[in-house]
Amino acid sequence: MEINARVISRGNAVGKAMVSAEPISFLGGVDPKTGIVQERGHPLEGKSVADKILVFPHGKGSTVGSYVMLEMKKNGVAPAAIVNLEAETIIAVGAIISEIPMLDKPEGNVLELLKDGMDVTVDANSGKISW
Amino acid sequence: MRNLELTREEEKMLHGSMGEAKQKAMEILVALGRIYGAERMIRITSAQIAGVSYKNIGNAGLEYLRHMAALGGRVEVPSFLNPAGMDTEQWEEMGFPEDFAKKQIEVLDAYATMGIQTTCTCTPYLIGIRPSEGEHIAWSESSAVSFANSVLGARTNREGGPSALCAALCGVTPMYGLHLKENRVANLLVHLEAKPENRTDYSIIGLIVGKKAKKGIPAFKGIKPNESQLKYMGAAMAASGAVALYFVEGVTPEWKVSANAEEITITQREIDELKSKLNEADSADLITTGCPHASIPELEEIAELLEKKPVKKPFWICLSRKIKEEAKKSGLAARIEKNGGKLVADTCMVVAPLERMGFKSTAVNSGKATMYLPTMCKQKLIFGRLEEILWK
Repeated sequence: MEINARVISRGNAVGKAMVSAEPISFLGGVDPKTGIVQERGHPLEGKSVADKILVFPHGKGSTVGSYVMLEMKKNGVAPAAIVNLEAETIIAVGAIISEIPMLDKPEGNVLELLKDGMDVTVDANSGKISW
Repeated sequence: MRNLELTREEEKMLHGSMGEAKQKAMEILVALGRIYGAERMIRITSAQIAGVSYKNIGNAGLEYLRHMAALGGRVEVPSFLNPAGMDTEQWEEMGFPEDFAKKQIEVLDAYATMGIQTTCTCTPYLIGIRPSEGEHIAWSESSAVSFANSVLGARTNREGGPSALCAALCGVTPMYGLHLKENRVANLLVHLEAKPENRTDYSIIGLIVGKKAKKGIPAFKGIKPNESQLKYMGAAMAASGAVALYFVEGVTPEWKVSANAEEITITQREIDELKSKLNEADSADLITTGCPHASIPELEEIAELLEKKPVKKPFWICLSRKIKEEAKKSGLAARIEKNGGKLVADTCMVVAPLERMGFKSTAVNSGKATMYLPTMCKQKLIFGRLEEILWK
């Protein structure tokens, strides 16, 4: 299956899906050394977002989160790509400066359509998600 | 969907003919403009950039700033910084860790290379940077954003550190949100069954309303706060919520309330209850004020209080270097320091690494600081008016 989405940060990626119905804060919410989500009570708590096609509604928390995404990229534990329902400043800026492919406004509810572990291809040049 | 139209010069920046740093910055501004439905960019007259304390931005932030500086990034408009993690002149005697200080200086150097004034303050409006009504700016520190929008009537969104830096490098910001007059309308009308009298009362009102308003725009009836009280109330609303603009009837330059605005009433009882909840310790290791950074009239008030009774515990008065220099010239600084106060410039109790400096409990008269001291600095709180906290 293939759906269209809006390009926020260009690039291509292939990986396993990781889906969160909850927003994500990278400052404090994710360990930049390991990529493991550490926010208490978060649905992804204890899981690593490294190399995943990370699907979540939008970011939250401090704008310093953008720099945390860059640190994760340098440490080799950043997501392979990001799909948001609705992009906002923190995740969009973080994806652009870290060169993580990112799409938003997918033409289909990816929180339902995609399941953890599915093989997903993100084309953030033409704006397509396929699985 | 509306399209984002760029001028020829903005196109040139985006395509790299004005250097790689401007290209990267414009890519971010264009992405934000598209996300928020801007139809064009708007020229700004100044930028205020957060993301300065090494405690917050860490190595990743430092590397990014160095990278942008190395790519030739230079600002197009007067730009200045938010507080850093330490007083850049007296960090050593104050016991700031040396490894931290070294990294902090590297952060400031990277910003300076890009032409940004290393005036580190959350109150640029106290040192002559006072945009006028209707002026477009890109500021990021949440209390400065609130003051500029609400008290001065300037126009800025609540920028992040990186997006304010990009705006500084390109001299423009996407025109959406609070840059557009039609969006500057209150959706929450606040009535008061209380008589706020001082900064602490106004701080508490700010904490309550910010939590309720979230990203909305509150409008207050029936209060007449002065500039210092507005500063404290706005800072608290921007910290407990994400309030970037508010109105006070008869006080702020703008006043427009939606016909469908929700109405709330705040009582004196609520104020008193929250105040007592924010007191978690009996005695303080450190007493602080100047969140947001202190003004000359506030320093005069402190000098008078300390002359009645000197303070024994470490007492930090956080402020900008420029206000400190003024206070030194007028003799105000000597009056305060003789009686136990310490004028701490460039930084504040929230972004300094208090948790690494042996402090466990901190007294403060700022509602904003009560939101951050427990999480960012692992401090137990004492909260009240200056007269209530100075001798704790």
